[in-house]
Amino acid sequence: MRRIMRGLLATTALMLGVWGAASQAKAQSVVTVGMTAGDIPVTTGNPDQGFEGFRFVGFNLYDSLALWDLSSRENPSDIKPGLATGWEIDPANTRRWIFKLRQGVKWHDGCAFSADDVLWNYARVSDPKAPQYLTQQMALTRTYVTNIESMEKIDDHTVAITTKVVESLFPYSMSYFLMISRCKLEALKYDWNAYAAAPSGTGPYRFDRMVAHERLELVPNKDYWDPKRVPKHDRLVLLPMPEAATRAAALLTGQVNFIEAPAPDTIPRLKSAGMQIVTNKYPHNWPFTLNFERGPMKNLKVRQAANHALNRGEFVELLNGFAIEEYTTAPPGTPYYGNPVKYEFNPKKATALLKEAGCYPCKITLAISTSGSGQMQPLPMNELLKSQMEAVGFQIEFKVMDWNSLIQIARSGVEKYPEIDGYNGSRALLDPLSALIKPVWKFHWSPAGSNWGHFFDQEVEDTIAATLNEFDADRRMGLLTKLHELHSQHALMIFVVHDANPRALSPKLSGFVQAQNWFQDLTPIVVKP
Amino acid sequence: MINLIFRRILYAIPIAFGVSVVCFSLVYLAPGDPLQTILPSDASAETIALVKAAYGFDQPLPIQFLRWLGRVVTGDFGQSVATRRPVILEVTGALSNTITLVMFAVPLAFSIGYSIGVAAGCFPGQWIDRALTGTAVMGVSLPNYWFGIVLVIAFAVEMMVLPATGMGLNGSAGFSIFRWEDARFLVLPVITLSMVPIGIISRTTRAAVAEVFNQEFVITLRAKGLSEMAIVRHVLKNSLPQVLAVMGLQFGYLMGGSILVETVFTWPGSGFLLSKAIINRDVPVLQGTILMLSMVFVATNLLVDLLQAQIDPRIRRA
Repeated sequence: MRRIMRGLLATTALMLGVWGAASQAKAQSVVTVGMTAGDIPVTTGNPDQGFEGFRFVGFNLYDSLALWDLSSRENPSDIKPGLATGWEIDPANTRRWIFKLRQGVKWHDGCAFSADDVLWNYARVSDPKAPQYLTQQMALTRTYVTNIESMEKIDDHTVAITTKVVESLFPYSMSYFLMISRCKLEALKYDWNAYAAAPSGTGPYRFDRMVAHERLELVPNKDYWDPKRVPKHDRLVLLPMPEAATRAAALLTGQVNFIEAPAPDTIPRLKSAGMQIVTNKYPHNWPFTLNFERGPMKNLKVRQAANHALNRGEFVELLNGFAIEEYTTAPPGTPYYGNPVKYEFNPKKATALLKEAGCYPCKITLAISTSGSGQMQPLPMNELLKSQMEAVGFQIEFKVMDWNSLIQIARSGVEKYPEIDGYNGSRALLDPLSALIKPVWKFHWSPAGSNWGHFFDQEVEDTIAATLNEFDADRRMGLLTKLHELHSQHALMIFVVHDANPRALSPKLSGFVQAQNWFQDLTPIVVKP
Repeated sequence: MINLIFRRILYAIPIAFGVSVVCFSLVYLAPGDPLQTILPSDASAETIALVKAAYGFDQPLPIQFLRWLGRVVTGDFGQSVATRRPVILEVTGALSNTITLVMFAVPLAFSIGYSIGVAAGCFPGQWIDRALTGTAVMGVSLPNYWFGIVLVIAFAVEMMVLPATGMGLNGSAGFSIFRWEDARFLVLPVITLSMVPIGIISRTTRAAVAEVFNQEFVITLRAKGLSEMAIVRHVLKNSLPQVLAVMGLQFGYLMGGSILVETVFTWPGSGFLLSKAIINRDVPVLQGTILMLSMVFVATNLLVDLLQAQIDPRIRRA
């Protein structure tokens, strides 16, 4: 009898334990994200996996001196103070920037953030002799710190950064340079693998748990320096799910409650299951970057013909409406949009331009990828592009390759691939330097930079020089607007569409504001039980 | 027997070397950049050169190969370019997850495939043979990528009785096959992974059994008045070496972890690891995974050879 009683008690205790654990699990509000990334982005500072790495890991664990304002759905986002409360150019030296640092900020490990940390982080990515130097982080950060000549501490809460060349847009670069905890890495005796498994930043989330390649779990940093951005849920779980069908199925079965980039053809099914589809314009374009060294694309008339050949409405239709027609580099609503030339669909004009250019039929070779980050639906979209362009007199040969091979073409530049007249690579137009200057500046001719096709125009060069030397924000915006208009006047690319960036969320989630940005703020999300 | 084992192990050494040369060369023949994951898309030539030198990718290929081989023979497979984790940990972790799948897929595929094959082979040309062979052909012909998605739509999305993706509620680190909440994640990938081996094994078994039934010793057995069951036993034993060889190959296939199946179900096994390494051109992980998987193939074939020799002494003498 006693044995039976003991058994009953044990069973009751076990059931209570299970019930307790279950109710505790129920009490937790969890945002579980199905990312498009194939792997968990690295946690050692600047992440890999492109801007998705920044979106979900980088800007959640860490902060940079300047952060992106992601609070508005209606307005284009811009940078705002982050770990620096402000910055200004030294009136005596237009290459010297003074950054005032935020006081009272603590790393997740409890140490205080100071100017020494900023200098230490710079050495982490620039000084191979420093114990904290990591080649991988140097590679992931180099693009953003390449113009830094030196950094000095003025006092515990002020640093001065001297650039190699005058660059009025320099603070944008500082928004991509994430700061990690010196305290933590020193405590771990510079063991980067140990640090990757227990990272420490100043961001709105703290690291909690990681299963390599499978899941990363973050919890709110209740002491975050910006109280408005303390997460409103108990846990953020990040799962890599590169397959669009898998992400949609995971959302429908409740395994995740937030997915990135559902395939357009799955959206009606997701909607019918009650999922929220959120979308917004953002600084992305899906163009063909062109060859200005040789071949038909050197001729402005051929480039104009290519742009007039496209019926962009059909592309939007192909993507179930989740795209915006693209007539120039930036999407409408961008502060420097101005009055660009609008290359309306006009097949007769396109054919006439080709004939005027003496290129009819006009044989061109274009490199495209089968998939890739930000590449949308590259194969059906390119089939449509080919049919529309061939209808006006182009003859297109596609070189189809995987994403990695296309990136190699993009990096190596036109001199290594002179036979290619253009390549289809989506572009992030977050800051004006990346969006407007790098693709046309001679200083950035490939392979040294991202002016792949070696575009050159003296007026463009002069406008860039004036922009980088202009420290008055309004006057600089005028110059950037002129530069954007010049992009369209030169028919710099074959402009096709801007992505409308759909995401699907469970009906239980509320509070998410989709900013016009590659990065998003997940902290306001509330999960209903 | 010991001589045979020793001889087969010796044969495995040049095979392993050949595999390592081929896998190293193939990785470099493919277009793409091994440093893609850690370099931004607009990285300058100067940055690329710096990083290449730091990772040793600036050296001539034969030097890179010899260095890699030198490390591998001491058990050091290097570090992943993307995650910086030791490759040996990456590969063994993924292989253990694939073994969890294989533990269920092998008995399922081998028992069903063998049963179908025997049943069809015992009644060649009759309706039961045609029906079972048709089913087997369907198993081989269905693309498992498509079949996996269909299963997900049916059982996960529509009926919501099984999970669609992943390995356990909290990932592979806390996975237990003795807890239904975790074990249910196995059901769909195991079924999908078993389809092709079921088809292949049943086709092979059917052909082997039917062939042995036509041999003269079966007529002799019948003439001696043995029961049909006893004859079938003799037939099965004689057809087993051929079936075992195919089972060995299929075991290797399953251990390789189908890239497609593991990608559809986001199962963190060796196939999934391989696909990520290919996409990212993570050369050390790619080389380490291919080498380990080829070793699994070599070991499986060795085991099958030994089993065949045990069953059929003629093979031992060959």
